[in-house]
Amino acid sequence: MTDNSRDFQLQCPLPIRRYPRVMVAHGGGGRLMNDLIREMILPAFDNPILSQTMDSASLRVPAGRLAFTTDSYVVKPLFFPGGDIGSMAVYGTVNDLAMIGARPLFLSAGFILEEGLPMETLWTVVQSMKRGAEKAGVTIVTGDTKVVDRGKGDGLFINTAGIGVLEHSLEIAPSQVKQGDVLLVNGDLGRHGIAVLAAREGLEFETSIESDSAPLADLVLTLLKGGIELHCLRDLTRGGLASALVEISEQAGLGLTIQEKSIPCRPDVRAICEVLGFDPLHVANEGRMVAFVPAEQADHALALMKGHEQGKDAVRIGQVTGVDCKGQVTLRSVIGANRLVDMLSGEQLPRIC
Amino acid sequence: MKFVDEYRDPALAEHLVAAINELVTRPWTIMEVCGGQTHSIMKYGIDQLLPAQVVLLHGPGCPVCVTPVEILDKAVEIAARPNVIFCSFGDMLRVPGSHGDLLSAKAAGADVRIVYSPLDAVKLAQAHPDRHVVFLAVGFETTAPANALAVDQAARLQLQNFTVLVSHVLVPPAIEAILSAPGNQVQGFLAAGHVCTIMGSAEYEPIAGRYGVPIVITGFEPVDILQGVYMCVKQLEEGRSEVENQYVRAVRAEGNRPAQELIRRVFRVIPRKWRGIGEIPASGLGLREEYSAYDAELRFDVAGKTVEESSQCMSGLILQGRQKPPDCPAFGTLCTPEQPLGATMVSSEGACAAYYRYARGR
Repeated sequence: MTDNSRDFQLQCPLPIRRYPRVMVAHGGGGRLMNDLIREMILPAFDNPILSQTMDSASLRVPAGRLAFTTDSYVVKPLFFPGGDIGSMAVYGTVNDLAMIGARPLFLSAGFILEEGLPMETLWTVVQSMKRGAEKAGVTIVTGDTKVVDRGKGDGLFINTAGIGVLEHSLEIAPSQVKQGDVLLVNGDLGRHGIAVLAAREGLEFETSIESDSAPLADLVLTLLKGGIELHCLRDLTRGGLASALVEISEQAGLGLTIQEKSIPCRPDVRAICEVLGFDPLHVANEGRMVAFVPAEQADHALALMKGHEQGKDAVRIGQVTGVDCKGQVTLRSVIGANRLVDMLSGEQLPRIC
Repeated sequence: MKFVDEYRDPALAEHLVAAINELVTRPWTIMEVCGGQTHSIMKYGIDQLLPAQVVLLHGPGCPVCVTPVEILDKAVEIAARPNVIFCSFGDMLRVPGSHGDLLSAKAAGADVRIVYSPLDAVKLAQAHPDRHVVFLAVGFETTAPANALAVDQAARLQLQNFTVLVSHVLVPPAIEAILSAPGNQVQGFLAAGHVCTIMGSAEYEPIAGRYGVPIVITGFEPVDILQGVYMCVKQLEEGRSEVENQYVRAVRAEGNRPAQELIRRVFRVIPRKWRGIGEIPASGLGLREEYSAYDAELRFDVAGKTVEESSQCMSGLILQGRQKPPDCPAFGTLCTPEQPLGATMVSSEGACAAYYRYARGR
């Protein structure tokens, strides 16, 4: 537990004292919902736009191109080492904006609460969203709360939508990927997926693995400010690096080659993957991305990444190699042979033996 | 990672490949028995490093792949019964039975859970005395001790709400079935290291003698497999047919005696049907009479069911090393990991899945 969650004990807002658990009426549009919003949500996300409590937020945006995205968060358990559904709901959407090079400005937050959810849980999640938004430099300007009957939800679902502004003229997309481009990732892979799995399944390891959950927008803006002509970016969420690369390769119509020995993965994460029969290339991340940069800028881009908190363990993992080998991602194995890298098929399921 | 990275060392691998090249004078066909080995071979591209004379065929050692359709149908049927918690290793959930898989049963409302150990299923039964917990006990000799332990534990705890749906198979009878099949091409075997960790090497001696084939007990990392191939080719070139142990860091000649004892106490050897292959005499394990109270087939009255398999799937020929996955007309078209026709396309140890994942179009 962090210091902030201890603060909560002191600042326990009124509805929590009166109702230790979420009631259906907290989503009913009446007094209770009003209390919840006024005493828990508004003070946490405190900003002049949200405080107007209008049906829509009125936003002043700079001229130029906007980025707009939405994502829903249903992680189980709600809290896991290194993060929780609240910070994920902020960073995930911020990262989607960042992947086309946008500076994130505003978020919406839609909560679907299950009747009976402890108020304290909601409070902790809201506080985590507040800290996440501060860290990512976004403002939560509008929101919604609904309550579903007990048994009809999984505690808490969050949807966030995000608006960002594009302050550059690049098109950062698979269509811009060129032969010879260098592939960089901003750090070690697989920690988020393993941290959540271990927390959900009650797996006990001798090591504690924390999620890599983090906002990536500032890292991307640092690259852009440094003059890097980013061709394509992709955050390595569900499906992991493998699925992201196969998708980009298909969309770009170009083959990619990566070096197994340069793929960063912590020894404890690798060991757990070995035990469970997972491929770290397929395991989810929440604060990792792959960047396709022109070969001549690769060293500079890597240096910029390494100088940033979210990229200090960045490495070069491969290159865009082939024309006319759409969807073909080749991995040079540690013993020097080649194999295909495939998208994750279905769910990742632990093996028998 | 200690005890793993050493066995993925590129210099050692290169050295072994050179040694195999130096040794080989004629074509040899070797079968790796275990699906875990097949996956290593495809994942690291080991087959690409070997000289063209050495052909690796992929064996039947994938527990998911050889589990017959009727067991899956029984699993789906039991899982759908009211008040049942159905537990399985993750691999089994996507294997198609004749009417869908366990994941679909889950989507339709069944309480299907992945466990990491059969003992977790016993714990679930203790935690839910008002519900019935069924564990799908599949696998080779490797998983048999843990499954036996779960049944033994349940018996000690006198649990009334725990049963196992057993489909256990044994490696040596499958090797014999392959060797005695007409048109057999296999000249040497890489035996499954983890199976031998439990069972030891003794039961392979009569097979090596009777059929005149070298059998090398082999591990799962690239250097293990290359060394296993080297030892096997060396025997073949020298006209020897012995049981040798490459996987010395895990396998002792006598195996794991307490584990064997546990298997014998809970299970007895019975004929088993293998998916795609058919019934092999004395090739599996079933619960002993004393433990019949823990038999899910009896408890849920599903013992008699038999089911015919899809004729489009040639996984039987693949599991016997008679065909390779790309030889199948359905491979990668009608049959993919998303829409598998047979279990060899599903399991992380299945040969078709390994080819699909790592070597499509090669």
